Amino acid sequence: MNNVTITKDNFSAEVLQAQGPVLLDFWADWCGPCRMLSPIIDQVAAQHAELKVGRINVDEQPELAQQFNVMSIPTLVLFRGGKPVNQSVGLIPPEQLESFIAQ
Amino acid sequence: MASAIIIGAGPAGISAGLYLHRGLPATDIRILTKGAGTGSLAQAGLIENYYGLEAPISGAELERRGRAGAERLGLTIAEREVFGLRLNDKVDGFLVETDKDTMEADVVIMATGAAREKPLGLPGLEELTGHGISYCAICDAFFYRGKPVGVLGAGDYALHELGVLLPIAGEVSLFTNGAPAPAGVPTSVTVYTEPLQALTPAPDTTPHRLAAVELTSGQTVPLAGLFIALGTAGSTILARKAGALLTDDGRSVRVDEHMATNIPGLFAAGDSIGGLLQVAKAVYEGAEAGLAAVRYLRQKSRPQSST
Repeated sequence: MNNVTITKDNFSAEVLQAQGPVLLDFWADWCGPCRMLSPIIDQVAAQHAELKVGRINVDEQPELAQQFNVMSIPTLVLFRGGKPVNQSVGLIPPEQLESFIAQ
Repeated sequence: MASAIIIGAGPAGISAGLYLHRGLPATDIRILTKGAGTGSLAQAGLIENYYGLEAPISGAELERRGRAGAERLGLTIAEREVFGLRLNDKVDGFLVETDKDTMEADVVIMATGAAREKPLGLPGLEELTGHGISYCAICDAFFYRGKPVGVLGAGDYALHELGVLLPIAGEVSLFTNGAPAPAGVPTSVTVYTEPLQALTPAPDTTPHRLAAVELTSGQTVPLAGLFIALGTAGSTILARKAGALLTDDGRSVRVDEHMATNIPGLFAAGDSIGGLLQVAKAVYEGAEAGLAAVRYLRQKSRPQSST
């Protein structure tokens, strides 16, 4: 598993130009459900060597949050070949996350 | 001293309190209730299929006996309406926000009963959730900085959500959906008492995003966000706020066989976890949750006892 902090400066290199799939996790310190989702993501991503997990702190990266119409967190966006292919809002259990990244 | 908060004083909540008290008598246990007769047990006319009842008794009487028995053993039952539940900043305990105060506890057991709110039946509600429709002001207010937002509801919980939004959002409106306007609405809030008829998404956005709500009079009110706060904050709303997983249908809190949610120290029992809505089941699950809370508290205190 490859875990990176995404900012507006590295977004293009880390997400748009990534070879494999990228799972973006929009989160913030004050978000309880985000804290609970984070270990679920780690657990699922550990089974998918090809998956890169990009963490986006919405407090620090409001432009990225706006760009993806994020109005509630946690929000997950799955990228394949530089394009968003799936989006999910709210805390989800591991099995749902599995099918989310299978899209 | 370890502390526990049990939300709800019905069969599950009281039973949880009894077992927690017996397992760890030194624990500071507070059982919170909106008041006698506010749960589903009080709605039951006569109960005759429950263990130990020589003659049928009313649900209200069974509820009264349950509380009286708990109080006799020294448990504290306090009248509070709970608005919010979250992990504290150290992530080692919980903050329970109520109508009177914010309380701290090492463990929380949710025994709030099942959601009895009727589904809203507003077209588009599902698709717009997370895209303008929110169930948690403190979670999502940030995204509506300076934007027009509304709160749907007419009770104290709705007023609480208004209070969270006022300092952050732009113009704030209250939609009572047909209920009379409550007392205590801040003067800067516009109140609409007509029921909502439809949600209007913004054109050409992917995913869809809320742009306005339409009232039965045909009037349209532009809104970036609508916060749903009908009735009281039930178990699923409290669970969402804390970060606890729900069952697949979203109507109950998801727990394991020991009534533990995915959040260490947070348990749920009774109607709030779905299944058979019966006193016998609630009493068992409360007992299981109480014992699981005892084990959790024992484990938690172990590493700290050496310092």
